[in-house]
Amino acid sequence: MKGTKTTIAALAALLMAGAAQAEPVKVGMITTLSGGGAGLGIDARDGFMLAVKQANNPDLTVVIEDDQQKPDIAVQLADKMIQSEKVDVLTGIIWSNLAMAVVPSAVAQDKFYLSVNAAPSQLAGKGCNKNYFSVSYQNDNLHEAAGGYATSAGYEKTFVMAPNYPAGKDSIAGFKRFYLGDVSGEVYTKLGQTDYAAEIAQIRASGADSVFFFLPGGMGIAFMKQYAQSGVDIPLIGPAFSLDQGILGAIGDAAIGIKNTANWSKDIDNDTNKAFVETFQAEYGRLPSIYASYGFDTANLLLSAMGKADVKDADAFRDALRAADFNSVRGKFIFGPNQHPIQDIYVREVVKEGDVLTNKIIGTALIDHADAYASECAM
Amino acid sequence: MSMNRETILNIVLAALLIAVPVIAQIMGEPFIITLATKVAILGMAGVGLNIALGYGGLVSFGHAAFFGIGGYAAGILASHALNYEPIMTAPFEINGTTQMIVIWIVALIASALVALLIGAITLRTSGVYFIMITLAFAQMIYYFAISWPAYGGEDGLSIYVRNSFPGLNTLDPISFFALCAAMLGVAIAFSAVLIRSRFGLALHGARQNSQRMMAIGIAPFRVRLVAFVISAMITAWAGALYADLNRFVSPSMLSWHMSGEIMVFVILGGVGRLFGPVAGAALYIILEHLLGGMFEYWQLPLGILLLVVVLFARGGLIGLLAGERKHA
Amino acid sequence: MFSLFLEQLLNGLQSGVMLFLMASGLTLVFGVMGLINLAHGSLYMVGAFACAAVAAWTGSFWLGLVASLMAAALAGALVEMLVIRRLYKRDHLDQVLATFALILIFSEGTRWIFGSFPLFLNVPEALSGTVTMPGGSEYPIFRLAIIVAGLIVAAGLFALIGKTRLGTRIRAGEADREMIAALGINIDRLYTVVFALGAALAGLAGAFVGTTQSVQVGMGEPVLILAFVVIVIGGIGSIKGALIGSLLVGFTDTMGRFLLPIGFEAFFDPASATAIGSALASMLIYIVMALVLFLRPSGLFGTEA
Repeated sequence: MKGTKTTIAALAALLMAGAAQAEPVKVGMITTLSGGGAGLGIDARDGFMLAVKQANNPDLTVVIEDDQQKPDIAVQLADKMIQSEKVDVLTGIIWSNLAMAVVPSAVAQDKFYLSVNAAPSQLAGKGCNKNYFSVSYQNDNLHEAAGGYATSAGYEKTFVMAPNYPAGKDSIAGFKRFYLGDVSGEVYTKLGQTDYAAEIAQIRASGADSVFFFLPGGMGIAFMKQYAQSGVDIPLIGPAFSLDQGILGAIGDAAIGIKNTANWSKDIDNDTNKAFVETFQAEYGRLPSIYASYGFDTANLLLSAMGKADVKDADAFRDALRAADFNSVRGKFIFGPNQHPIQDIYVREVVKEGDVLTNKIIGTALIDHADAYASECAM
Repeated sequence: MSMNRETILNIVLAALLIAVPVIAQIMGEPFIITLATKVAILGMAGVGLNIALGYGGLVSFGHAAFFGIGGYAAGILASHALNYEPIMTAPFEINGTTQMIVIWIVALIASALVALLIGAITLRTSGVYFIMITLAFAQMIYYFAISWPAYGGEDGLSIYVRNSFPGLNTLDPISFFALCAAMLGVAIAFSAVLIRSRFGLALHGARQNSQRMMAIGIAPFRVRLVAFVISAMITAWAGALYADLNRFVSPSMLSWHMSGEIMVFVILGGVGRLFGPVAGAALYIILEHLLGGMFEYWQLPLGILLLVVVLFARGGLIGLLAGERKHA
Repeated sequence: MFSLFLEQLLNGLQSGVMLFLMASGLTLVFGVMGLINLAHGSLYMVGAFACAAVAAWTGSFWLGLVASLMAAALAGALVEMLVIRRLYKRDHLDQVLATFALILIFSEGTRWIFGSFPLFLNVPEALSGTVTMPGGSEYPIFRLAIIVAGLIVAAGLFALIGKTRLGTRIRAGEADREMIAALGINIDRLYTVVFALGAALAGLAGAFVGTTQSVQVGMGEPVLILAFVVIVIGGIGSIKGALIGSLLVGFTDTMGRFLLPIGFEAFFDPASATAIGSALASMLIYIVMALVLFLRPSGLFGTEA
C-alpha cells in the first residue's frame, strides 16, 4: 500500500515538473555531517533527499558537502558551490553562526537560500533578503511558544537557563517576550558545559515553580539526565531541540513527561505527514526528527517552485517560492512578509510508545504565530 | 648538493603555488584559486609559528590567539566602517576602516602587545609547561570572545565585502590570491633574513645552550621574548587575511583546534624549514578537500595518513624530499 | 544558603575526583615515558561507548563498567604497541602531531561503528535516588558513589605506586630511565602496562561520567584540556600534584560558576552581573593556571621540567 502511495506522489511530481519549461536546478547543500553535531545535519539531509527521491525529478541535482560545524569551512564550501558547482540554490545549514557566515554573501550573489533550520534574528529583521527563505521557523519562535505555554499553564516563578552565547541570550529574550510571570533565576552556562550539578543546586534552592531551559545537543542530554538523577521535580519546559527524536534515546526515561514546544510533530494529523513518517522510517530505519521534517518540507517547497517557474527567471522563481504551494508535513504553510513561516506552534510531551521514546502533541501554544522582527524588514 | 636540493624544492613549491591558481584562472575554476589562497594564508600563519617553534624551540600551543586577534582586527574595523559607527568618540573620534593596510598595522600592533604580555609570563616556564600555559592563555581569549556580546560572540562577525587594497579589486579571486601570495613571500623572506641575522644566531644559541649565551652577555629570555612577539605578529597578519578570505570572523579562529592545525602544518611540512609550513598547509588542505568529497568518515583516512607521516617521514614533507636539515 | 553551599562543595569534590581519574593516567604516562598524549580523551570516550554499548546489550551497568575498563585498557595497550612506542625518543612535537592524528582516528572510527547519534547510558538502579543532607536538601546517591569510587581508586593508585613491585619499577622509571634497563626490567612491557593502566583509568572515568552526560563522539576533548590544566597546575609527573590539581580545578570551576554571578550583583544590575560573572567563570580555571605557573613555573609539586 505504502509503495503505491509513493509511486503516485512521484508521478504527480513528475507531471507537475513536466508542465513547466524544465530548466535544470542545481542545489548545494552545506550541512554538518561529521563530529559531535552530525546527527542534526544527517537528519536534515535525509529528510531533504527523501523528498528528492520521491519526486524523482531528473531536472534536480543536489551536491552535498560537510561543513564540520566550522564557519570558515562553511564559507569556503559556499564559495565552491557558487564558483565551481555553479549552483542555483543553497540550503542545509544547521547552526546560526554558520548561517550568518554564509547567507548574507550568498544571497548578495543572487543565489537563493532556503533554510532547513538556522534562522537568526539578523536575517529576519533589518538584514532580510528577497532571496532568503526560512522554511523552518525564526530562531525565537519555539522559545516564544515556551513562554506562551508557561503563561497559559499558570506558572508564575520560572527559572531560566541557556548557554552564554548569542543564541542562548536570544532564547531567553524570546521566552520572556511571551511569559508574563516572574523570573526566579537566570543562569547562563558555559557553551559545551557537561556538568550541571551547580546549576541544578541553584534551581533547587530558587523556589521556582518551573524551569525553562535551552541547551542544544549534548548539553541538554547531560542536563536532563542529571536533573532526573538529582530528584528535583520542578517541571521542565524547553524548545524541541533538546527533546527531539535523535537524542531522546540518549536521554532515556529521564525525558518522559517533559513539555517542549515545536512547530512539527510526528503525530500532526494530515496525510502528507503520515506518509512522510512512514516512508522515512521505511527508508532509514528510524523515526524522523524535526530537522528531517524541515529538510523534507524544504525540498518539497523547492520542487513546487520548479514546477511553476524557471530558476533562471529569478523573479518568477521567487514568486513561486513565496506562494509556498506544496503539501507541508505541518499541514498549512504560508510565508510572512519577511519570508519566514507564519505557523502554529504546539506543545509536545515526551511519551513512551512501546519501547520507543517519542513526542505527543498535547496542545497548541501559539496560533498563526509570526516573528518579532518582520516589521523591521523592508522588502 | 644538499643545500641545493632544499632550495630547488622551495623554488618548485613556490612555482606550483603560483602556477596552480593561474591555470585554474585560465580553466575557469575559481574555487581552486580560493583553495590556493587558503594554502597561502594558513601557510603564512605557519611561517609565523615556525619562528617561535622551529627556530626558537618554543612550542606554542596557543597561536590561534594571535591568528584570531588578527582576524578580529579586520572584522571589528571593517564592521565599524561599514556601519558608519565610530569605534570611540571620546576623548577623540576613531573611525573604522576598510583599508587593508591600516587593518594590518592595527593587527600587528595589537598582537605584538598581547604577545608581549603573554610571552613575559609564559617564557618563565619551559617544556610541557610552556605548551600548556600558552594553550591556557588562548583558551582565556577564546572564552572571552564567545561571551563578549559586542562583536557577535559565538555567532562571529560578517564583513560582507572584502576590505580594499590600493589598485586592486580584492573581490576578484586571482587578485586576492596574488596579494596573499605576495604577503606570504614577504613573511618567508623576512624569516629567512631573520634567522641568518645576528638575532637569529642568538635565538639558535639560546635554544642550544642558554648558559653560554648568558656568559657572552646575551639574555636568552629577551631573545626568546622578541622571537615570540615577531612570531605572533606574522600569525596575526595571516589572521587578518583569513578574515578577508572568508569575509567573516568567529571565535573558532581562536579555538585550540586552530592552534593544533597551525602546528600540524608546521610539523607536517618540516619544523624549522623555510617552506615547511607552506608545504604542510598545502598537503593538509588538498587532503581535506579530496577526502572530504569522497567519504563521509574522511577524517579517518586523514588521521591515518598524518600518523604515517609522523612515524615514517621524519622531518616532515621537506625532510622527506630534501633530506636532513643542516645545522646552522 | 548553607545547604546550597554544602551541595556545591560536594559538586566541586565530585568533579575534582573525576578529573583525577583522567589526570592521573595522563601524568603517569608523562612521568614514566615522557610522552604527551593528546589522545587520552579518546580513551575516555572508548570507555564511555564500551560501557553504554555493553549496558544496552546485557542490561547491566556493572558489566558495562567492566567492559569499559577492559576496552580502554585494550585500546591503550594496542595503541602503545602500534604507535606510541615509536614516539618515546621523539620530541614533544612529533608526539603532539601523532596523538592529534589518533584523536581523528578514534573519533571518526567510533562514529563509523556507533553512528552519529549519542548513546544512552543511565545510572544503575541500585544507585539511583537521592539522600537527604544536613540542611535538608537532596543529593543524588550516584554522585556520592562517584566520589567514593574515585577516592578508592585514588587510594589504590597511591598504594600501587608506593607499595608494589610494579610501583617500584614505575618510580624507578620516573627517576632514571637507563637504570630500569640496567636492573633487567623489561622496559617495553613496563611501558605497555603503564599506558594500559592510564587508559583504564580514563575509560573508567568515561563510564562514570557517561552516566550523567551525553555519550557522544568528541566528549573527550573538553575533559582532555581540563586534565592538562590539572597536571600542569599539579606539576607534571606527580600523582600527588594531579590529586591536588584536580580538586583545585574542580572546586574553582564549580564555585566560580556559582559565586561569581552572585558576587557581581553587588556592583551591577542582575542581567549584566550574570553576563560578566558567567564570562569570567568560564575563564577562571585558566586564570588560576596562569597564576600558579607565574608563581611556580613547574607547577605545585613538579620537579624541574
